[in-house]
Amino acid sequence: MSSELIIKFLVAAVLAGTPFLFGTVGEILSEKVGHLNLGVEGMMAIGACAGFMAGYVTDSFVIAILAAAAAGTLAALIYGVLTVTFMANQNVTGLTMTIFGTGLSNFVGVYMLERSEGGTLKLPERVTAQMRNIDIPGLSDIPVLGELLFSYNPFVYLGLVIAVLAGIYLYKTQTGLNVQAIGENPAAADAAGIEVTKWRYINILLSGAICGIGGAYCSMIINSGVWLRDSVGGLGWISVALVIFASWKPINVIYGSFVFGALRVLKYYVPKNTYAIPTAFFDALPFLITALVLVIASMRKSKRSHIPAHLGVNYFREER
Amino acid sequence: MKKVVSVLLSAAMALSLCAGCSSSSAPETEAQEAETQAAGAAEEGAEAEQAGEAAEGVMPAVAKEDLKVGVIHIGNPADGSGYSYAHDQGIVAMQQALGLDDSQIVRKNNVADDDQTAIDTAMRECVEEGCQIIFATSWGYMDACEALAEEFPDVVFSHGTGYKSNGKNFNNYFGRIYQSRYLSGIAAGLKTETNKIGYVGAWGKDNAEVTGGCNAFAMGVYSVNPDATVYIKTTNSWYDPEGEKQAAVALINEGCDVIGQHCDTPNPQLAAEEAGVFGVGYNSDMSKDAPGAVLTSTIWNWGAYYTEAVESLINGTWTGENYFGGLKEGLVDLAPLSDLCAEGTAEKIEEAREKMASGEWDVFDGVIECNDGTTVGTEGEPMSDADITGNIHWYFKNVVEK
Repeated sequence: MSSELIIKFLVAAVLAGTPFLFGTVGEILSEKVGHLNLGVEGMMAIGACAGFMAGYVTDSFVIAILAAAAAGTLAALIYGVLTVTFMANQNVTGLTMTIFGTGLSNFVGVYMLERSEGGTLKLPERVTAQMRNIDIPGLSDIPVLGELLFSYNPFVYLGLVIAVLAGIYLYKTQTGLNVQAIGENPAAADAAGIEVTKWRYINILLSGAICGIGGAYCSMIINSGVWLRDSVGGLGWISVALVIFASWKPINVIYGSFVFGALRVLKYYVPKNTYAIPTAFFDALPFLITALVLVIASMRKSKRSHIPAHLGVNYFREER
Repeated sequence: MKKVVSVLLSAAMALSLCAGCSSSSAPETEAQEAETQAAGAAEEGAEAEQAGEAAEGVMPAVAKEDLKVGVIHIGNPADGSGYSYAHDQGIVAMQQALGLDDSQIVRKNNVADDDQTAIDTAMRECVEEGCQIIFATSWGYMDACEALAEEFPDVVFSHGTGYKSNGKNFNNYFGRIYQSRYLSGIAAGLKTETNKIGYVGAWGKDNAEVTGGCNAFAMGVYSVNPDATVYIKTTNSWYDPEGEKQAAVALINEGCDVIGQHCDTPNPQLAAEEAGVFGVGYNSDMSKDAPGAVLTSTIWNWGAYYTEAVESLINGTWTGENYFGGLKEGLVDLAPLSDLCAEGTAEKIEEAREKMASGEWDVFDGVIECNDGTTVGTEGEPMSDADITGNIHWYFKNVVEK
């Protein structure tokens, strides 16, 4: 590969990794309060649909992002009410959310398509202009670095900011430490005066909002502003796997998502005639690597493992 | 506690693996489609052409007013520019050509073609609603068609892309899309300036339908521009919005300035438009999605068959023969050339179209040089239809797998 192509590969890796940046940070926020939400795919699908349609109808990129976040929050609220308040099984609820979200997204898409002109839904020029790559005067023109660091669409930078903020929130603030205590041992946190239910809701809703924006990335950026069904297409599931890879730290997600992005696009950049590797192998790579990380992590038996101890377990206060 | 957590985590892992699997398993059944499709059909199709003219009808004529037509779609026709959309456009064209009322068309949408119960239910509903002919548009409907054709001898089951039939009330239909891919290759070959043309394929060499299509495209390119190379990247899926985009971007990054495709989303064309290069769409006219890039699109015109089939049922001339149409029958075609095409494109395409439509020459006639130095075919002989649809596992000499 020429050096020019390597840079292009890295740029493609960043773009392919961006949906994970949102999905994984969102999922970490939820898992840190002990809620394993398998509905990431569904929340992203709902965000994808809401964001796209809002942009389509209102001509505004900002409203599109806000609508995606709001729709993701609403979806998370359903999950929250069921699992936090009614203490339903988290796995079943999450899976249901995935099926529901994907279906709803496609349903609304078909509804809008049937009312569209010429059988296609295209974002208005005003929106696509705003979601194009940001050109930072001076910085974007630096050779190599400019292309590698300063040539992306607004979602990429927004995702980075969210990941950093989530990292600070969870690991550098008193509130964040309290929140983590809920995931480790809700009864103890409760006894210490932390409002378990309130913080569970806050984190789950935040998680939904972030996943929703990640979904909008899929429908708006990946598909270049043309509506397609199943635009999230399994990326939400990879995000759930990536949580393990990032060992529950939002900061790790930044490089983790770009590593996974690179794995996703690798098959299009490895020359076929040099290595006869079946392309299906590349499709499996992200999952193989996650499995590997899981094995290594469990072998280390480190006390500093960041799996919340009460992940996936609902908290019955009356059972204390 | 730790155990519970690890069990849950492995469940999440397993599920994510499943998600990966399921997205690829469905297309694989479609892949078989290409493998086996019309191997038998193709041969019988040729006979059908000869026999078609004077054959006696094997089903009683149905008065136009009493006629009801059933259609089984794998997706939702409203869903953008893909497979079901193209089929439904054909149904609409047939309805208009024959002047049928909306109530005479019974559509069953989103019938997964690996769900035998759903298929059976959908087709029985069509029969109960009084359909005399049912078009089953996807590969996986084949066995259900075969069984139901026996149970309901008065209803015609016409199955797309398969290979089974009973010569009476169960036939199958497919088309020579490679002919229109050859024509689109001419547009690409004349347009390229870097002499690098990209092709986003759904499946690799093991899939004869995609490989043959790519070859036909590459041969079209070669006919007008022997210096150009066609680079193919495959996504391992019929429908993968992100993968198709990434494959096209990778091709463009390597210097390709025209992007052809054999996959279901317009994303390769949109990637071309974003990068300021050009492309050739598939399934339906993709210039509605990427007007700044699309030179033309290879399209299905299923209406040609649907109209003929339903008309023959009305006239009492339904023969139960299989159908394998091409440019001549109007089943496959090119979307109108856009203004982006190079000068002289229309003339070159017209020339090649004439030769194919008149039956004087076809894409895979004679000896063909492969990219590994071998050759296929025999001088002066056309390739058999069964080979075209099932046995193309080689690439033309100007194709490079990337």
